[in-house]
Parts: sequence; C-alpha cells; structure tokens
Amino acid sequence: MDLRSRIPSGPLPDKWDRHRFEMKLVNPANKRKYQVIVVGSGLAGASAAATLGELGYQVKCFCFQDSPRRAHSIAAQGGINAAKNYQNDGDSIYRLFYDTVKGGDFRAREANVFRLAQISVNIIDQCVAQGVPFAREYGGLLANRSFGGSQVSRTFYARGQTGQQLLLGAYQALERQIGAGQVRMFPRTEMLDVIMVDGRARGIVTRDLVTGAIDAHVADAVVLGTGGYGNVFYLSTNAKGSNCTAIWRAYRRGAAFANPCFTQIHPTCIPVSGEHQSKLTLMSESLRNDGRVWVPARKGDHRPPGEIPDGERDYYLERKYPSYGNLSPRDIASRAAKQVCDEGRGVGDTGLGVYLDFADAIKRLGESTIRERYGNLFAMYERITDENPYRVPMRIFPAVHYTMGGLWVDYNLMSTIPGLHVIGEANFSDHGANRLGASALMQGLADGYFILPYTIGDYLATTKLAPVDAGHPAVAAARSEVDARTRRLLSIRGTRTVDAFHRQLGKLLWEHCGMARNAAGLQRAIAEIPALREEFWQNVNVLGGGDELNQALEKAGRVADFLELSELMCIDALHRAESCGGHFREESQTPDGEALRDDGNFSYAAAWEFAGDGKAPILNKEPLVFEQVALTQRSYK
Amino acid sequence: MVWRQPNASEAGGFVRYDARDITPEMSFLEMLDVVNERLQQTGEEPIAFDHDCREGICGSCSLMIDGVAHGPNRGTATCQLHMRSFRDGATIYVEPWRAAAFPVIRDLVVDRSAFDRIIAAGGFISAPTGGARDANGVLIPKDAVEEAMDAAACIGCGACVAACPNASASLFVAAKVTHLGLLPQGQPERDRRALHMVLQMDAEGFGYCTNHAECQAACPKEISIDTIARMNREFARATLTVSDQPGRSQGTG
Amino acid sequence: MPAVIRFYRSTIGKKIIMAVTGAVMVAFVVAHVIGNLLVFVGPGALNHYSAVLKANAPLLWFARSVLLASGVAHVVCALQLTRHQVDVRPVGYARYEPQAAGIASRSMRWGGVFLFTFIVLHLLHFTTRTFQPVPLSATDVYANVVTSFRVWWVSALYLVAMVALGLHLYHGTWSVFQTLGLNHPNYNPARRRFATALAILVYLGFTSIPIAVMAGLLR
Ligand SMILES: Cc1cc2nc3c(=O)[nH]c(=O)nc-3n(C[C@H](O)[C@H](O)[C@H](O)COP(=O)(O)OP(=O)(O)OC[C@H]3O[C@@H](n4cnc5c(N)ncnc54)[C@H](O)[C@@H]3O)c2cc1C
Ligand code: HEM
Ligand code: HEM
Ligand code: SF4
Ligand code: F3S
Ligand code: FES
Repeated sequence: MDLRSRIPSGPLPDKWDRHRFEMKLVNPANKRKYQVIVVGSGLAGASAAATLGELGYQVKCFCFQDSPRRAHSIAAQGGINAAKNYQNDGDSIYRLFYDTVKGGDFRAREANVFRLAQISVNIIDQCVAQGVPFAREYGGLLANRSFGGSQVSRTFYARGQTGQQLLLGAYQALERQIGAGQVRMFPRTEMLDVIMVDGRARGIVTRDLVTGAIDAHVADAVVLGTGGYGNVFYLSTNAKGSNCTAIWRAYRRGAAFANPCFTQIHPTCIPVSGEHQSKLTLMSESLRNDGRVWVPARKGDHRPPGEIPDGERDYYLERKYPSYGNLSPRDIASRAAKQVCDEGRGVGDTGLGVYLDFADAIKRLGESTIRERYGNLFAMYERITDENPYRVPMRIFPAVHYTMGGLWVDYNLMSTIPGLHVIGEANFSDHGANRLGASALMQGLADGYFILPYTIGDYLATTKLAPVDAGHPAVAAARSEVDARTRRLLSIRGTRTVDAFHRQLGKLLWEHCGMARNAAGLQRAIAEIPALREEFWQNVNVLGGGDELNQALEKAGRVADFLELSELMCIDALHRAESCGGHFREESQTPDGEALRDDGNFSYAAAWEFAGDGKAPILNKEPLVFEQVALTQRSYK
Repeated sequence: MVWRQPNASEAGGFVRYDARDITPEMSFLEMLDVVNERLQQTGEEPIAFDHDCREGICGSCSLMIDGVAHGPNRGTATCQLHMRSFRDGATIYVEPWRAAAFPVIRDLVVDRSAFDRIIAAGGFISAPTGGARDANGVLIPKDAVEEAMDAAACIGCGACVAACPNASASLFVAAKVTHLGLLPQGQPERDRRALHMVLQMDAEGFGYCTNHAECQAACPKEISIDTIARMNREFARATLTVSDQPGRSQGTG
Repeated sequence: MPAVIRFYRSTIGKKIIMAVTGAVMVAFVVAHVIGNLLVFVGPGALNHYSAVLKANAPLLWFARSVLLASGVAHVVCALQLTRHQVDVRPVGYARYEPQAAGIASRSMRWGGVFLFTFIVLHLLHFTTRTFQPVPLSATDVYANVVTSFRVWWVSALYLVAMVALGLHLYHGTWSVFQTLGLNHPNYNPARRRFATALAILVYLGFTSIPIAVMAGLLR
C-alpha cells in the first residue's frame, strides 16, 4: 500500500507556500469541464463545495439531512482557534502548532499541523467577511476566550453557537453557488458506495432517501467530508444520523483507515438518565473556565452538594494538575472523572457523574456575568435535567465526542485511493491521538476552504482520466451491489430492531474500547462483535419497503457498517500497546497512573487495509518524523 | 394521536397509539422512539419524523404538538421537550407542519427545501474564498453584533410557518435579512438581498404576514418580530430602488 | 419589470399599501370622532361644523377623494392578499392553539368585510340620505343623528359596528408600525399602548353618541 505522505521538502514554515507554487493549476477555462463530487455539507464539505463552485468546477454535493444547513457541525458550541494573537498574550502560529502536536500526544504529522496553524488566521478573516457574528468587544474588535487546555486566548466564538454560525456562513456560500448553478445539491441522499474505475475513485452510488431510488453519479474526483463515527458507541454527543458508512464503504474499496481506535471522550456532558437515552448532550468545555470540578472526598457521601463543606470536597483536577487545574486537556479530565467514579465517589443516582460548580464564580463575578457568559448553556442544562445550575452544581460525566481516527490521507488530503479526497473529521486528521478544544472547526474549514481546492486542482491537472459514463460496467456493478444489500436488509424480517443491536454494540464498545482499554477486554470485544454482526444479519427487523422514506432501513445500513468498523477499532486498540492521548491502555501507565507513551514502538500512524470479508485487516505504518518538536511526556501538572 | 401518511400523494389520518413505559426524564422524541420500538415489534412500520442533533440546534425536528409548534414550552425545540411537561395519561395530538410550501413526505416528515431556495436567492454575503481582509479590519459595535446574533440564531426549523395562521415564512426570511443587514459586511448587498429573498418567499407559496406574532411565540430561538418590521422596511426601499439591470443596480452583489 | 409594479405585486408591497391607506383612514376616523363629539356641545356646534366643511367644496372633495382612494386601495389589496392566502395551507390542523394571536388580529378579514358593509350603509344613511330609517334633513345634521339613534336597531347596528371598528383599530394601528417597519426597541411598547389607547378612545367616542341618545341625554 502506498503510504507516501507527500510532505513537501524545505523548512516547515515554507512547505505549504512552496507546495502551492509547485502544484499544477487547472486552466480556468477547463475547470468547468471537471466534475467533482463532494459528499457531506458540514463545515468541511460545504466550504469545499462552495469554494470549488466559485473556482468554476461543476460540483455535486450530497447530504443525508433535508438541508445542507443541518450537518452535524451545526452543533459545535465552544469556538474555533486561530493564531491571530489579537489578545497580545504570546500566541503565534508556532505556538498553536506546538500546542496541537503536543495536545495530540505526538501522533500527528508535523507538516500538516503547521499548515493548519498557518491557515487558521485566514479562516477567521474569511468567516468574518461572510458575516459570521463572532463576539466583539465594545470597541468593535473581536473577542477571544481561552478554551480547553490552552494558556492563551485564541478561541473565537459566537455565543455558544459557534459551529452553527460558521456552518451557516459556509452554507450560505454554498447556496450562493447553488443559485448560480455551479453546485447541484442533493439533500436527503445517502452515499452507499464508491465507484472505482481503473483503480481510481470515479463516482458514488447513492440512495434517494425519499423515493428510495438508487443512482450512480460519476465524476472526475470524489471528496468525502462525512464527519466522524462517534455514534458507533450508540450514545455520543454526535447527531443521531452521524455515521461511518461513507468512509467505511471507501475503506472496503481500498482506502486505508488510520488510527480507528483514537476516539475522544469529552469530560463535560450531561450524565445518562436511563435506558431510553438516545444521545448525550455536551455542555461546552468553556464552562470549565469558571466552573470547578469536584466530588466528595469520602466514598459513599450522599449528602446534597450544598451540605458538603469545602474541606470534605475533592477538587481533584486542581489537586492533581495544579498548573492547568480545571482546564486540563479533555482526555486527562475525562479519565480523572472515570477514576473518581470508579473509586465510588461519583455523584447522582447512577454514581456516574461529578460536580461542576459555579458557586465560587458567581460569588466572584456575580450572577449576571455568569448569565451573560453561559446563560444559554445553563438554560439548556436546566431544560434537560430540571435542575437550576445557578443554585446547585451541574452534574457532568464524560461521553464519546469526536473521532481522531479516519481515512488515511496524504499531505494533499488524498486517501490511498487516487481521486478520493477526505476532509474534516472523516480523515485521520491533524489531531493525533487527542484533539484540542476548538480545533475541529478550524481543521474542517482549513481543509474545505483553503487546502482541498488547491490540491484537487493538482490532482486533476496531473492526471489523465478516461471518460466514464453511467453505462460503464463498474458503475452498474457498484449499483447492483448496493441494491442487493438494501434488498437483503429488507428481507431478513427478524425479531430485533436496529436500535436494539446498536445499543448492544455501543455498550460492548464503551466497556471494552472506551475511556480505558486493556488487552483482555479488547480480545473479548473482538470475539463478541462478529457474533453480534452475525446475529444482526440473521435477525434484524427492518419493516417497510426500499422505494419509500424508510428511516429504519437507513439506520440498518449504518449500524451494519458500525458492526464492522467497531471490530477494526478494537483490533487497532489492541495492537497499540501504548497509552497516548485518548487511547489509554491500562497496561501502559506511569507509576502515578498517567498515560505512558511508547515512542520507540508506536510513533506511527496505523493505516489499516481491507483484506476482504472474514480476513484480518492488514496493518501498514506511516512513520511519524518530528523535525521541529522534541517528543516529551505530556505533563499538565 | 399521531398523523400517519404513507407518502405525499396518498391521504393520511390520525392513529391512536398508547405510549407505555414513559418516564418524565424522557425527551419527546425518546417517547416516540419507545413507541416506534414497540410498533416494530408488533410488525407495524415506525412513525417517520425528522430529527438529528436532538439538542435544539440543527432545526431538523418539527412536530405540531397539541396544536402548538414544538410543543408547550417557549423557546424550546421539540427535541428539547421532556415528558415531564405532560400529564400522565394525557392524549397528545402530533401533527406535521402544515403549509402548502411544506408538503408532507411521510407521516410527520415534511419538505422544507423552500427555505434553502430562499437563501439561495439572496441570503448570503458574496465573499468568495480568499479575498477577505483582516478580521479586525472592520470594526463592528458590540451591540450590532449582538443584535445580528439574535437573528442569526435561527435554526431554519419552520415552526414560524407552521404556527402562523397565514403559513407565512416572514420570520425566517426576516431573521436572515436582519442578521446580514445589520453587519457592515452585509451592506453592499443589503437591498438586493431583501428584494430577492422576499420575492422568492412569495414565489414559494408562503402566506403573507398580518402581524399575528404567532411565529415569535413558536420560534425555538425566540426571534423577535421586530425583524419582520425591519424586513418590511428594507424591502420597501429595495423594491423601489434596486434596478433589474445588473449594470445599473444600486447594490454591487 | 417597473419597480412600482414589482412593489405592488409583492405581498409586502400590498401590505404596505394597506398600512398607508389604513393609516389615512385611521386619521379620518380620529378626526371624524372628534367632529362628531361636537354633538355634545349642542346642535349649533355640530351643524355649524358640518356647514363649514361643506362650504369648502374643493377641500372637502379633495379629502373625500383621498379617503375614497384609500378605501378602494385598502379593500382591493385586502381582497388580493386574501386570495393569495387561500391555498397556503390546504390541509388544516386537527388541533390548533393560538399562543399570541388574539381575536383582534384574527378578525381583521371578516371584521373588514363587516366594516365595509357598515360604511356603505352609513354613507347611504347620513351622507346620501338614500337610506332613511327616519326622515332626514339636508342641513340639520344634529337632528338627523338624534332622531336616527332613537330607533333602537339603528343604534344597535352602529354599536355592533363600533366593536368591529375597535378591534380593527386595536390590531390595525399597531400593525401599521410593524408593516411600515417603524420599530425600535425603545419605543416598541409605546406602539402597543398607542394603538390600544386609540382604539379605546375612538370606540368610546363613537359609542357615546348612540348611547347618549338612547339614554335620553341628547335630544
Ligand atoms: C456537540 C459537539 C460540539 C462540538 N464543539 C466543537 C467546538 O466547540 N469546537 C470545535 O472545533 N469542534 C467542535 N466539535 C467537533 C466538530 O463539530 C466536528 O468535528 C466538525 O464539525 C465535523 O465537521 P465535518 O464537516 O467533518 O463533518 P459533519 O459536520 O459531521 O458533516 C458531515 C456531513 O456528511 C454528510 N454525510 C455523512 N454521511 C453521509 C453519507 N453516507 N451520504 C451522504 N452524506 C453523508 C452529512 O449529511 C453531513 O452533511 C463538536 C462536536 C460535537 C459533537
Ligand atoms: C372598508 C372596509 C375594510 C376592509 C375590507 C378592511 C380590511 C382589512 C384587512 C383584510 C386588513 C388586513 C389585515 C392584514 O392583512 O394585516 C386590514 C388592515 C388594516 N385596516 Fe382595514 N379594512 C377596512 C376598513 C378599514 C378602516 C375603516 C380602517 C381605519 C379606520 C382600516 C384600517 C386598517 C389598518 C390600520 C390596517 C392595518 C394594516 C397593516 O397591517 O399594516 N381598515 N383591513
Ligand atoms: C356613532 C358613529 C358615527 C356617527 C354619529 C357618524 C355620523 C356621520 C354623519 C352625520 C355624517 C355625515 C356628515 C355630513 O354629510 O354632513 C358622516 C359621514 C361619514 N362618516 Fe360617519 N359617523 C359615525 C361613525 C363612522 C365610522 C365608524 C366611519 C368609518 C369607519 C364613518 C365614516 C364616515 C364617512 C366616510 C363619511 C362621509 C364623509 C364625507 O362626507 O366625505 N362614520 N358620519
Ligand atoms: S425563525 Fe425561528 S421558527 Fe422560524 S425557522 Fe428560524 S428558528 Fe425556526
Ligand atoms: S405569525 Fe404570521 S402573520 Fe406574521 S407576525 Fe408571524 S408571520
Ligand atoms: S433535532 Fe436538531 S433541533 Fe431538534
């Protein structure tokens, strides 16, 4: 498998500039002769589709929601990072780069991360030009806040709705291109396979979710911006529809899947309230700027929080990590919460929760300041839990939030399938083994606005593509495979619903491949998942037909893919016998219980190659070379 | 009581379902999940409804619940509504959004693509990638940004249309006209934007506004009908001043 | 398309026309109620006032034509907009619970139709005097008013019409500001108060006359 990263030569700060010069350009008059398919209308997909449309390519864009504006990026609350140094607090491109590499526990590619930090400044400019109403100071300048484990204030935000505002900016740019006829939008359309011709990605097969029609779309290049796969755990902060189908189908067609086990568990989510729970709600990390995390010092202390005196509380993040305290990075904060709950000190009915207390902040700043900063988050919390966080501390617990793993891509964001580009959360990204807060939005937009539109031009300009039409045998074959699979799902008519399988899979994965993993557990999961998958294909109950809106059928296809991906995640987690970032292997920890990396053996991206059904996937390694940063053991103490 | 309709062309009707094993902590959509789970076990097709984020931001969820868009709580989308807001044993009517411009696709799912076409007609600032100047190069008063943000919070759910006795999309359109019209970046296209969005709204077959203010009450983001007043004003100016010939237009968009 | 036609064809354009013409009519109604209240000053005052108006033929006809044009435009736009409205919700709700709209805003259309009928009758009654519930004089307006309102059903008709007018004004006057985009957070509460006060005062002003006649206070 070709895992050449295609990182340009030269010193780190010049690589991207040099690369932009070296890439071939498509003659402006020829651009309209190229067809590009963009799957996904999140920050990555919408920004890419809009920009490609502006450049003159003929673009088709797909999403499964009823409108591109509803892509899951809309839900991001906290903010987006950029190395603007507007606050004059010592930020720089280099610092953002370093923080991201370190935050990712040195499992990301240096050159990509540096480029990301460089581009971050353009993103803010672009978004402001589109009318994104970022928060401002009275003087009219942009406001910033510090976010999730960063000691500088580099996060731009629009109340608690940053993702929404950024996505609306990209969506509006996309709609402008749709209005101009440059982009054709296919909402409520799900991609179910990649069409391969001569070893290249030349199109996709889709199902129209309203009519059930299965169609083939051919193109010169395909871009996947289909988001993360956190929903493999059933319960996560992701939107209900988020899925892995697009990237999983691509994996099965030959795209390498990198670091599938790297998942991020977010420390501040509202705890589960019962069996019926359908998703978890994130409380923005910004809350940790003013809230203090604690649990009772004594095990089994069930007094109401207000009656526990300060001396009998354990502010464990401040105690363990004095210099970062409540702002410790996500993986560390999550694991610490799990630890205190495992010790029996968790709070709430289930014992799976810790307090996030604003009493001190309210005393210090006044309720109105807190209301101004977090009013909408507090309201959201109260709506869900029926508790008033101005009076009683919030209860929070970690939840699956983001997947750092994804399809492997080179510096040009192209997967191991020529012509198949992957952007946003769907690729294995620039976040290594752990993503810093407010960096996913930055990465999605960097990929979509500023990187892919260049690199895809280079691909098109340097590749001779034979014409392919809808009658091509490969097209027909891919279509009929999708058709057959759909029909098969509908023909089983077993006794268990799709959700029942999904819930069971989620529990299994959370237990064995969640916040802490060990070899024995992973092996059990690897044994149990195929059995569950087998049962699914024997006994799942999908009613209704294929030629109508059939939400159970949609879910079934997605869960079928999760049932395959989950196994790969466990295989990856098992093989990586080190702890790094969000991947904590109990066998690999320091004496005081912190994650212990093993750079000697694992300083690589694990790119898994599909070997066929029933065959073990093949491990390929892209070694990570660090020229600029010295690998250190992460410490936030 | 839930509205069931197999597809756009066949007629629908109400069916009564018993929702058993419901707890007060459940969200309204989780209640529907539970009902659906049972339906499927008894061989009946699940009730189709739109949803995605389930935290009140994507605008997918809809539902007219007991005659109120997004249910009884103010400033709340259906997905954020919890069963503790209902009496045990109550009969709840669940209907889809109803408007000619929002045809029913199935059961409780409607087609809201008219909103996308309204945005495509002018709900944007033309700022192609790459041409932007430094973000701090434009000073924007905090108050203007906050007011713009109030309007920009629209999630495009369509509750305003559903609740409006005239099935008018005025609040949705006005929210966007207001958001972009308040910002300095939005000025060059301000007139064209108002003009084209409103003309598209009319063309999509939405009703007109008679200032009932039902939309404001239904809006999960509590967007104010002040935005509608602003839209009327902007439109009045735009329609009388913007020329049809692009070369001689007032705006530059 | 010429800008004016484009304006007229749009729903907001027609609404603005309704608001402007509505405002003209509101102004007339206010002036009219003040004029009519002269009835309490005495026969001389009212009759003199009427005579002065009629003596100023050019002014009177100018005012009448503005009013008539407004009325016609108002009604034509109302009809066209209402027709636009017919198909916007082909399938209604089985249950619909208004959260904000009151009887005033929801009665604008039927209330308007009723007002229209009233105005026609009213013109036939006092202005052209083709409709004479009691014999009417060409010059003694005071006597016309008092003798007419002694007929219980004439009073009743007027009293009912005033309810329609009051509701139309209660919503309409506020609505004018909204339609014309005359809003500012600092003054918005004042718009509501203004419309409420205006509707109540006009309602009380007009109704006081038939009530006073029936009660025997005016004779
Ligand atoms: C609750 C929450 C809060 C967050 N807050 C922050 C934050 O504050 N800051 C930050 O930086 N990051 C945050 N993140 C992470 C960030 O939002 C995501 O990583 C990012 O938005 C992903 O964008 P995307 O464009 O890659 O994918 P998405 O936005 O997930 O878009 C995926 C798109 O692909 C389409 N799609 C998927 N599969 C298919 C298919 N098979 N066929 C057709 N279309 C398909 C979907 O319709 C959708 O349009 C948050 C995430 C969550 C869950
Ligand atoms: C002649 C018969 C009349 C008819 C058929 C009529 C009808 C209507 C209708 C249908 C509306 C629309 C409600 C809406 O769409 O917002 C309306 C609004 C209005 N009417 Fe009338 N009306 C009549 C007379 C009057 C009179 C006599 C007055 C004033 C005294 C008046 C003042 C208004 C005002 C101010 C509005 C509000 C306009 C707006 O919404 O901005 N109307 N009328
Ligand atoms: C108690 C209530 C009312 C009384 C006693 C009353 C009385 C009169 C009288 C006496 C005239 C004739 C004046 C003249 O020709 O010398 C008149 C004219 C008129 N009234 Fe009224 N009126 C009442 C209510 C209304 C209302 C509610 C309206 C409209 C909504 C209205 C509209 C008119 C109009 C349009 C004219 C014709 C004016 C003209 O000559 O140009 N009136 N009214
Ligand atoms: S204005 Fe409010 S009700 Fe209307 S679409 Fe936007 S958020 Fe929904
Ligand atoms: S409810 Fe309808 S009538 Fe206007 S004020 Fe709202 S759009
Ligand atoms: S499901 Fe997203 S707003 Fe309700």
